[in-house]
Amino acid sequence: MTGWLKETGPQSDIVISSRVRTARNIEEIPFPHSLSEISAKEVVEKVYHGILVGNTGFKDDFKLIAIKDLEEIDRLNYIEKHLISPDLAKNTVIGNILINTEETISIMINEEDHIRIQCLLPGLQLDQALDVADKIDDLLEEKINYAFDEELGYLTACPTNLGTGIRASVMLHLPALSLTGYIQAVLRAAGQIGLAVRGIYGEGTEFLGNLYQISNQVTLGVTEREIIRNLHDVTMQITEKERAARKNLLNTKKIELEDRVFRSFGILKNARKITGNEAMQLISDVKLGASLGLIEEVKIEKINSLITMIQPGFLQKHYKTSLNSIDRDIKRAELIRNTL
Amino acid sequence: MICEDCNSRKATVHMTKIIQGKKEEVHLCEECARAKEALNFENSLSIHNFLAGLLDINADPQFQTQYSGVQQCSQCGATYDRFKHMGRLGCSQCYEVFRERLAPLIRKVQGNVNHTGKAPKRAGGIIRLRREVNQLKQQLREAIHQQAFEKAAELRDQINELEGRIEGM
Repeated sequence: MTGWLKETGPQSDIVISSRVRTARNIEEIPFPHSLSEISAKEVVEKVYHGILVGNTGFKDDFKLIAIKDLEEIDRLNYIEKHLISPDLAKNTVIGNILINTEETISIMINEEDHIRIQCLLPGLQLDQALDVADKIDDLLEEKINYAFDEELGYLTACPTNLGTGIRASVMLHLPALSLTGYIQAVLRAAGQIGLAVRGIYGEGTEFLGNLYQISNQVTLGVTEREIIRNLHDVTMQITEKERAARKNLLNTKKIELEDRVFRSFGILKNARKITGNEAMQLISDVKLGASLGLIEEVKIEKINSLITMIQPGFLQKHYKTSLNSIDRDIKRAELIRNTL
Repeated sequence: MICEDCNSRKATVHMTKIIQGKKEEVHLCEECARAKEALNFENSLSIHNFLAGLLDINADPQFQTQYSGVQQCSQCGATYDRFKHMGRLGCSQCYEVFRERLAPLIRKVQGNVNHTGKAPKRAGGIIRLRREVNQLKQQLREAIHQQAFEKAAELRDQINELEGRIEGM
């Protein structure tokens, strides 16, 4: 089971996970989108060799998977667990991944760039995630000549990733700021200081389940630690504002808040069929209730893992069968009842 | 020509799609084209299209003709027009070839063009030398073109010397 889902980390009442992704390319080989199948294989071999051959300490920990060998349900499931990107999942010709047993590290091969090292940890642990990604990067660097330019830094297929190649992000649960409407001001402020904010599941669905992903946009002209520090500091500020808003709700509208939380809890524990969107909203309420100590019988990590468990890929993998959307709603309700 | 979708309005949008080498032409009226575009919304708003769009805004026509597609990456064969179309470079060498032309765009999206972060440990020195060699080679081509053979010979010696140093590293 995925590490970032089953455990909680620092600030886990609000910060669900932290992620650092490093983009790298190999010198003298065209970028993946204009790469022949033979050269693409060469890239896979080089990365595989860099991580698994010799005394790397990772020998037994990682497995190499070709996207083309995965069933569609598994691909979906990996996307839902944030281990691969939707773009990589579509690449059934040259796309590959190296994943560790804990599922905290995934190395995407032949995505938009030759190599994308991703480390995903529970709670607010950006520095730790960077440390891990950095270690993998150093290891690969011993055997691979990276495409690098003194002015532009690490060279990437798209100029938006130049320089450090680092995209750091946090996944936040902000129900109180959303409920009170203060979230708009927070989002505006984040945008002004060069951070991007978006929803988590599905591009079109606006902030489903009050989940927000915040990430750096600038990758060039700043150091890796500066990127991390900036995002960390902003996250801490947002976290404090969310806590204040929660406290305020508890002080001024306790009965309304309790009513909402326990109604949602009741529906989740009893529903016989439920859509993904409704479940996400109700889980958000229950998660808020658990964080505030209103609900004591369910642990935060269990609620966090529910967010992924109710997604279509996970459901179908869990029940080992492909399900249409009506069957999914029924099985989703069943899985939630059994978990709670 | 009549729109292929609604078969009533005049077709004003013409698209050529090439899928696995097969060419397919589509002729639509504006309304039907927009409906199709809406289905494709995510695609049309991808970062790459967006970047490609940034390049064309306020472009000085004189500036554009000055370059007019002659420059091609020696390693992957990509042209600058292809980048404008895709929003992605073909290979790392493209950054060297199109350096000057990319700089304004990079400044626009990154606010900066000087890397201050991590660098590969063993690469630092070699990269500098390689860049110097590339610049000298460019000068050499120009010298030959201008028939300045004395200068060309000088440049050739410099290139040989640097390449020797790179090989020894």
